[in-house]
Amino acid sequence: MKKFFYSKKIAPYVFICPFVITVLLFWLVPICNGVLLSFQDVLKNKWVGFDNYSRLLTDKIFRKALWNSFKYMTGTLLLLIPFPLLFATMLNSRWIKKTEFFKSVYFIPALTSVVVAGTIFRLMFGESATSLFNQILGIFGVSPVKWLKGAGTSFFALLLLACWRWTGVNVLYFLAGLQSIPTDLYEAASIDGASGWQQFIKISVPLVKPTTVYVLTISIYAGLSMFLESNMLFKGNNSPNNIGLTIVGYLYRQGVEKRALGYACAVGLILLLVVMIVNLIQLKVTGTFEEGRD
Amino acid sequence: MSRSMKKSGITVVFYFIFTLLAAVIFLPIWVLFIASFKPGSDLLQYGLNLDLNVSRMNLDNYILLFSGQHEYWRWFFNSITLTVITVLGTLLISSFVGYGFAAYDFKGKKFLFILVLLILSIPLEVVMLPLYKQISSWRLLDSYTAIVLPFLAHASTIFFFRQYLLSIPRSLMEAGRIDGATEYGIFYRLIVPLMKPAFSAMAILNGMNAWNNYLWPLLVIRSSDKYPLTLGLNTLINPYGDNYSLLIVGSVFSVIPIFLLFVAFQKYFIEGMMAGAVKG
Repeated sequence: MKKFFYSKKIAPYVFICPFVITVLLFWLVPICNGVLLSFQDVLKNKWVGFDNYSRLLTDKIFRKALWNSFKYMTGTLLLLIPFPLLFATMLNSRWIKKTEFFKSVYFIPALTSVVVAGTIFRLMFGESATSLFNQILGIFGVSPVKWLKGAGTSFFALLLLACWRWTGVNVLYFLAGLQSIPTDLYEAASIDGASGWQQFIKISVPLVKPTTVYVLTISIYAGLSMFLESNMLFKGNNSPNNIGLTIVGYLYRQGVEKRALGYACAVGLILLLVVMIVNLIQLKVTGTFEEGRD
Repeated sequence: MSRSMKKSGITVVFYFIFTLLAAVIFLPIWVLFIASFKPGSDLLQYGLNLDLNVSRMNLDNYILLFSGQHEYWRWFFNSITLTVITVLGTLLISSFVGYGFAAYDFKGKKFLFILVLLILSIPLEVVMLPLYKQISSWRLLDSYTAIVLPFLAHASTIFFFRQYLLSIPRSLMEAGRIDGATEYGIFYRLIVPLMKPAFSAMAILNGMNAWNNYLWPLLVIRSSDKYPLTLGLNTLINPYGDNYSLLIVGSVFSVIPIFLLFVAFQKYFIEGMMAGAVKG
């Protein structure tokens, strides 16, 4: 027995074993259960076929949640990819030498929990004239705004929170990617008279693509499954007129707050489908599949 | 304008932009910090701002934190306990699995490794509710086992260890075998000592995630004496009594342990976060 356990043939499976058990117990079984539950009305304990899914198709609040999540994802992609790439390129350039301090400061927001970060932003976007953002408006003579009551202003607050937390991390991602580009490419380009901007577009952007694809993938995932940021900013899952409701927020509302587990599982599976589809499109558009083949 | 003047002009502009960005990023932290010296009722009334009205500032919140009647320190030590268990457990199990993937060729390896990558791309929120139901049927609710157990074989940590171990030559393991070491002995005696930097990076990353973890504990923990700090702080959001005073000073103190670790081990923080970014 002992000899069997110690043989070179069996050992790899022993090493892998904890992962296999985890996948089975904590991923495969829950996903299968989720699929089964999505065809049930759990409270009445009966099978309802595709009822949950057909209800989702006409559920206006779910549609709003879906739209909010997409809007948030798009906003974060537009802000958290080009600007960090630009900042990273500037930090990586020969015009600036001492970058350690900046890199450290930019990383600090990523250390905070969503509870702390969300609370700070909720109070900075307070309704009184003395909260930070209303004070800033006051400088320009604009009267105080109820930031977290309006759809547009609260979307701005959510995006700003995301930018605050993740700009620094994305700068570091891009910096790591840029540093793996051989410097002689830039030297050759400057000898040929290429400007800094041309070098950025023609060398940095294409060669840093693996990093961009990685950041894109995790941003799509995080954007579509955002929940806690909104939960903290609106002090709970019930925002006025559902302006802060996201897909996961709706899943939580149905599954935990209303105990409609079957319906919530259907929402969860739609989320999985959406994340998979958006990422497949992204990988197709960026051509990652073709490169992966060789 | 001479060439060198133009060059130094760009340098000045760059330093200006990055200093401004640093100031903007640091601003919310600063605002939180000064608020910890203001009465909690001010916070509720005025929101967070840059006002430095020294006459209204005092150490009352800090006195409340260290000598008041509340559960803050219990939550704090719960979080420490949870973080230590998570880090030790995850490093032990995930490095074990990562070694299996890196050091051997075996039937089904490709399929299993694709599973690792697949799990990396599934949001936890998708399985959260069925997983909760399962944990509940095992009567594990309201325990730290429920928080930690499902994530010990942690996909991204396994991935990181595997990448790291691929750079260790297999001839080293062969040499171990010739010396008569068992397969497990090779891992623990020869390989683990070489993995120190990888362990440090993953300890920091998993530790930070465990310390800041919120959603899963929110689902599985019931009793407030078992709350980690994140859940505890969130209960203070109700504006009754001294809650806001404690919330703000408690938030400051919740960031301090991570911040000190960051100052001491910055390199590992960044390495841990960067895992997988360059190679995709």
